[in-house]
Amino acid sequence: MAAIAFEEVSKRFGTVTVLDRLDLRIEEGEFFTFVGPSGCGKSTTLTLIAGLERPSAGTIRFDGQPVNHLAPRDRDVAMVFQSYALYPHMSVAENIGFPLKLRGTSGRDIETAVAEVAARLGIEALLARRPRELSGGQRQRVALGRALVRRPRVFLLDEPLSNLDARLRLEMRAELKRLHGEYGITTVYVTHDQEEAMALSDRVAVLNAGRIEQCGPPLDVYRDPANLFVAGFVGSPPINVLDARHFRGLAPPADVPASGVVVGLRPADVRVATEARPLALAGDVQLAEPTGDALWVVGRIDGQQIIGRGQLTDAPVPGTTAYFEYEPERLYLFERATGRRVP
Amino acid sequence: MRRAGTYLGVLLVAAYCLAPLAWQLVTSLRPPAELTTLPPLLPTQLTFEHYAAVFAGHPFGRMLLNSFIVAGGATLIALAFGSAAAFALTKMRARGFGLILAIVLATSMFPPIATVSPLYLLINGLGLRDTLAALILTYASFALPLAVWVLTNFLRQLPDELYAAARVDGCTPRQALVRVILPLAGPGLAATGLLVFIVAWNEFLYALTFTATERSRTVPVGIALFPGLHEVPWGEIAAASLIVTLPVFVLVLLFQRRIVEGLTAGAVKG
Amino acid sequence: MSGALRRIGERPAAFLAPAALVLGVVTLFPIVYVLWLSVQHYSLIGDAPAFAGVGNFARLFADARFWNALGNTVYFTLVSVALEVVIGLAFALLLARPFVGRAPMRAVVLLPWAIPTVVAARMWEWMYNGDFGVINYLAGADTNWLGNPYWAIHAAIAMDVWKATPFVALLLLAGRLSIPAELYQAARLDGAGAWRLFRHITWPLLRPLLLIVLIFRTIDAFRVFDAIYVLTGGGPANTTETLSIYAYKVLFQTLEFGYGSALAVAVFVCIAAITAAYVWLLRGSAR
Repeated sequence: MAAIAFEEVSKRFGTVTVLDRLDLRIEEGEFFTFVGPSGCGKSTTLTLIAGLERPSAGTIRFDGQPVNHLAPRDRDVAMVFQSYALYPHMSVAENIGFPLKLRGTSGRDIETAVAEVAARLGIEALLARRPRELSGGQRQRVALGRALVRRPRVFLLDEPLSNLDARLRLEMRAELKRLHGEYGITTVYVTHDQEEAMALSDRVAVLNAGRIEQCGPPLDVYRDPANLFVAGFVGSPPINVLDARHFRGLAPPADVPASGVVVGLRPADVRVATEARPLALAGDVQLAEPTGDALWVVGRIDGQQIIGRGQLTDAPVPGTTAYFEYEPERLYLFERATGRRVP
Repeated sequence: MRRAGTYLGVLLVAAYCLAPLAWQLVTSLRPPAELTTLPPLLPTQLTFEHYAAVFAGHPFGRMLLNSFIVAGGATLIALAFGSAAAFALTKMRARGFGLILAIVLATSMFPPIATVSPLYLLINGLGLRDTLAALILTYASFALPLAVWVLTNFLRQLPDELYAAARVDGCTPRQALVRVILPLAGPGLAATGLLVFIVAWNEFLYALTFTATERSRTVPVGIALFPGLHEVPWGEIAAASLIVTLPVFVLVLLFQRRIVEGLTAGAVKG
Repeated sequence: MSGALRRIGERPAAFLAPAALVLGVVTLFPIVYVLWLSVQHYSLIGDAPAFAGVGNFARLFADARFWNALGNTVYFTLVSVALEVVIGLAFALLLARPFVGRAPMRAVVLLPWAIPTVVAARMWEWMYNGDFGVINYLAGADTNWLGNPYWAIHAAIAMDVWKATPFVALLLLAGRLSIPAELYQAARLDGAGAWRLFRHITWPLLRPLLLIVLIFRTIDAFRVFDAIYVLTGGGPANTTETLSIYAYKVLFQTLEFGYGSALAVAVFVCIAAITAAYVWLLRGSAR
C-alpha cells in the first residue's frame, strides 16, 4: 500500500497537452476516482501511475519516493484494463498466476495464491478454461484476480465496468467495494460514469481537458460544485441551467449584474406540479419520462430546458403547462462568462 | 449453364497450373528408351530408375540437406530478427516508424544482381566462400524486409492493452515479446516463415555465385548445372525437379491459406 | 520526438538492432560498395582497383550489347507483365465465382508460384525440346523454340507468364473477395449487367491493388535471371540476354568487376526509376 503524490505533473504528446500541472495527493488505502468526459486525461493519469508512460514534467511519488524512472515491474502496481487484456493463450489459472511467475514465485506458492484469490472471487470452477470461453462478467473477475493475486501497493482500474451490461455492472460495483474493504489496497479508479464514481469512491477528482476542476468526497462535490462544469457533470439527470431573470427575488452579489450569472438547479430538487405554486416556474411540458421509481418531466421555459421530478400518479401531459417548484436555498449561481460558482 | 461454365473454367485454370508438372512427372517415370520417342504420350511401363539414379550418381542428398539447412536457418533468423523489429515498430514507439518501414521496403526492391558482386568480394574476404553460413546470412537479409513488413502488419492487430498488461504484470519488454506477443502472433509467424522458407528454398543467383562445390551447393544450383556426359539426362532432371518441388508442394497443400494471407498482408496493406 | 514520449524501460533500438545490422551489412553496405566498384577499373584477374571516374558508364553508353540487353529486358518485362495481369485478372474473376473446392484450388494455383524458378525453367526447357518436346508433338510442329532467335525470347516469356500469373491471380482474388457483396447486390437491383458491375464496381475497387501487383511484377520481371540462365543462357545470338544476365556474365565469366558493377548499377537505377514512377502513380490514384 502506498500514498501517491503528483507534483506539477504534466503529460504532452507532441503538441497536445493531455495533463496540465496536476497537483494531487492520494492517501494510503484510499479509493480514489478520476472522473471526466472522454479525452480529459484520466486514463493517461493511470498510465503515468503504472509507469507505462513517463511524465513530460513534474514528479510522481509513492510514499514520498519519486518513481518517475521506475519501470512498471519495479513499481508493484496492478492494473485492470477496460478490455480486461487477458492473455488468450493462457488458462484462467495461468493468467492469474502470471505476475507471480514473473517474480519467480515457486509453483506451489503460485497454486496456493491463485486458489485463494479464485475463491474470493468465486471463480474456482473456471481455472482450467481459456478467456474466450468466459462471459464478460467472468473475464472481469479473472482480470481482478490477476491484479489482486500479488497484493500490489497500488491497484489501478481503467473503466473496468464499461463493457458489462447494466445488471452486472451493479453487481461488480458492489464486488469492487467489498474487495477494497478486504484488501485495503490504495485504489485509483477511472471512469466517465459519474454515478459509478459517486457510489464507489472515498474521494473523486473531476477532470476536464487535463486539469482538475474539483476534488473531494463525492457528496461534497455533488452538493457544493466549484463551477458549472462540475455541476453539469456530476448528477443525473444533469443539472438545469437557467437565466437568472426567471427567478424573482434572487440576489446575486453586488458586483455582478443579474445578466452575468446563470442559475443551476438540480432536477432532483425540482418538484413538478400541475397547479400553480408560489415558488415555481411555469413551463411547457415536452416529455414525461417514468423510470420506475421516479418520473422526470422535461419542460421548456423561454426556450431553456428544465427537468424536474414529477409524481407518477399525477403525470403532466405534454403540451400543457406545468409548474416547476424549487427551494431558493437549493439554487446555485455561476458566473456566465467563466462558469465559476458565485457564493 | 453459368455454373457449368464456372466449373469448366476452373478446370482449365487447374490444367494450366498443373500440366507442366504433370508432364514432368510422366517424364520422370518413363523408361530411358521412351524418353526420345513420342508417341506414345504415356509410357508403356513405369520405372523409378531415374529417381534411383539421382541419388546414386550425384551428391543430390547432400544438396537437399544443404537446401534445408540454408532455408531453415534463414527462416529462423528472419523470424527472430524480423519479429523483434516488428515488435519495436508496433508496440514501442520507435522513432521514425514510417521512415524505417520505407527503408525496409526499399531494400526489398533491390535487384540481387546489384548486390551480388560486392557480396561476393565480402564473402571471399571473410573466407566464407562455399559455406552454408554465407548463404544463410544472405538469404536472411534478403528475406528480412518481407518478414518485417508482414509481421508488422500482424502485430499491429494485437491490442496494445495486452502489451501494457504484460508490462504491469512485471514483464520486461523482452519477456513481453517472448511470453505474450509471440505466442499470439502464431499465424503471422507461420505465414511469414512459410514465405521466407519458400523464397530461400528457391533462390538461385546468390547460390550459384557463392557456392563452388557440393559442400554448400543447394538444389536449384544442382539442377541448373545438372551434369550430362553426352546428352542431357532428362529423366533424372525430371526426377530431381519433382523431388525439390515436393517440400514446397507439401507446404502449399497444408498451408495454402496462411501463404496467401502472408502474400496479401505483404501486398494489400502496402 | 522528445525522450518523454518513449516509455520507461523501453529501448526500441535494441530490438531493431539485429535486423538493422543484417540489412546494413548484407544489403545496404553492398549497395554502397557496388557504387564504388562501378567507378573503378577492376578485374579479379588483373591489378588492384584504380579509379575510373565515369569511364565504365561511358563504355556502357557506347556498348551495343548493353543496349541490346536493355531492349530485351524491357520487351520481356512489358509483354510478360501485360499478359500476367490480363490472364491473372481473368483467373481471379473466375475463381471469385462460387464453386465447391476453393481451398484445394487455391493450393493448385499456388504451385507454379511456389516451385523453384530453376525447376520450372528445366520443365519448360524439356517441353520446348526441338526433337522430343511435347509442345512440338502436340502442335505437330518442328520448331527449335529455344534455338530460334525469334522464338527464344517468347518462349522465355511464356514460361515466366506461366509461373507468375498465379501470383497475380491470387492477390487479385483476395482483393476481389474483399469487395462487399452488398455492393454487387445493390447494383444488380439497380439493373446493372455483368459488364457494368465490372466497370463500375470491380475495376475501380481493384485498381489500387492492381497497381501494387504491377509494381511487384514489373520489378521482378525486370531483374529476371534464373529463368533465362537455365532456358537459353542469353542465346541464341544474345536475343534473350537481359541486363541481369549480361551483368552476371561480365562479372563472373570475364571477371570484370568494375564494368560489371556499372551494369549492375544500371539495373539498380532502372528499378529505382520504375518504383518511383509507380509510387507517383499510386499517390495520384489514392487522391
